[in-house]
Amino acid sequence: MLMTIVVELKDQPGQLLKALEPISKLGGNIVSVYHQRDKITPLKRIPVEITIQIDEKKANELIEAIKRNGVVIRSFNEVRLTATTSLLLIGHIIHTDIGDTINRIDSTGFAEVVDIHISMPQLNQPSTAMVTISATNEEKLKKAIEIMKDVCREKDITVIEPLELQ
Amino acid sequence: MIRIAIFGFGAVGRGVAEVLLRKGDRLRRIFGDFKVVAVTDSKGGLVDDDGVDLAEAIEIKRKRKRLPEGITTLDVIENVEFDVCVEVTVTNIDDGEPGLTHIRECLKRGIDVVTSNKGPLVVAYRDLSKLAERNGARLMFEATVGGAMPLIKLVRNDLAGNEIYAIRGILNGTCNYILSRMEKERLSYDQILAEAKELGIAEADPSYDVEGIDAAAKLVIIANALMGMDVRFEDVERVGITKITPEAFEVAMEKGYTIRLIAEVDKVEGVLRVSPRLVPIQHPLAIGGTLNAAQIKTDLAGDVVVVGKGAGSKETASAIVSDLVELFRCRS
Repeated sequence: MLMTIVVELKDQPGQLLKALEPISKLGGNIVSVYHQRDKITPLKRIPVEITIQIDEKKANELIEAIKRNGVVIRSFNEVRLTATTSLLLIGHIIHTDIGDTINRIDSTGFAEVVDIHISMPQLNQPSTAMVTISATNEEKLKKAIEIMKDVCREKDITVIEPLELQ
Repeated sequence: MIRIAIFGFGAVGRGVAEVLLRKGDRLRRIFGDFKVVAVTDSKGGLVDDDGVDLAEAIEIKRKRKRLPEGITTLDVIENVEFDVCVEVTVTNIDDGEPGLTHIRECLKRGIDVVTSNKGPLVVAYRDLSKLAERNGARLMFEATVGGAMPLIKLVRNDLAGNEIYAIRGILNGTCNYILSRMEKERLSYDQILAEAKELGIAEADPSYDVEGIDAAAKLVIIANALMGMDVRFEDVERVGITKITPEAFEVAMEKGYTIRLIAEVDKVEGVLRVSPRLVPIQHPLAIGGTLNAAQIKTDLAGDVVVVGKGAGSKETASAIVSDLVELFRCRS
């Protein structure tokens, strides 16, 4: 799942690492880190918004681990993906690094590939995949579709979009 | 007496001549007496101030593949007196010729034009419509988009007063035939294309259809003439159907979709494109065979959907005759 955590860090070297280290330890993927320097607190701490992708079951463990490192957590919440659509891809989907194709969406921080169904008729023949993408809202979903179209243009994969987003 | 000149005597021109012959009485009741004073093709033509014998013209063309030499279309425009030109020469979307010159010369002289020729409208719609207005002539082009399917006059007359937000549809019967057959038979694109060629649905060189060029040309006409836009053919984002696999239909069907080549212009979203799209199987645009369809999104009337035959000489003649009726009905 996608979640955002806002921590408060002292303006000293090495502080950010205390918040980030448990994430990689638990197999999470850091999508973005945003220092809110304009929102500095009276105690001179800097709020930092961290967006990550992590196994849902490990979310609570992560929060505890960050706290144990002495980092103040201001808030955390799951990012809800409310807009979903499916795209049909035709081409050499596997051999053009499908992991990368998916990751280009997942790494946006606002959208992820939630389902993929591939049909491979024969070796060396183009395969077909129905890819379902979810995003935080319809605007972001459109953005994710554009990213997918760009990636597929690079990889000479044909993208068939739905007539309308759900 | 309405004096008609027909420029272009291929399948469409002959189709028009046949309808004028066969339905002469009916048409005379609707818009008064008429005669065809000139018929031309790329090689020659027939001119008769008392009315060309259309049956004879059709027969000559059938036997000799060409009309008698010695007359050019430009001669006719310069020297023969007529009220309306039916411009049905071959479409050329690169520079619109020869139709563009024919239409310009007629409009300049205040002669009304009815055309099925996409080329001149794709290349110079704005110029032509200004030229018509300046000279008190009218330019009618129902037959350029969707064949017999009513769209141009439907939007201009019946939906007049509506804001048109978007129009999207299936504007190429050849592609729709190929895709709906692939959906049904689960055969490859190449196999179905071969079948379509054998049936005369696809040309020997099918690229004009399957690469979405024909649909894009029609989309440009729709955007400029019906939605007040000013777009060029090059502005259309265009993807054809050649890479679609039979498995694509299988995978799509599991989610309740089929695949159709959709031409879409959307003023709100800023979309102008022709591309294969996932269409829900129960959607009104999920039509089969060589049919055309269009969905018009408006502010007052909501969504309006039309379906009809998009090609064929009889069907195109239907659209051309409907334009003639529109032009001259008010006179009688």
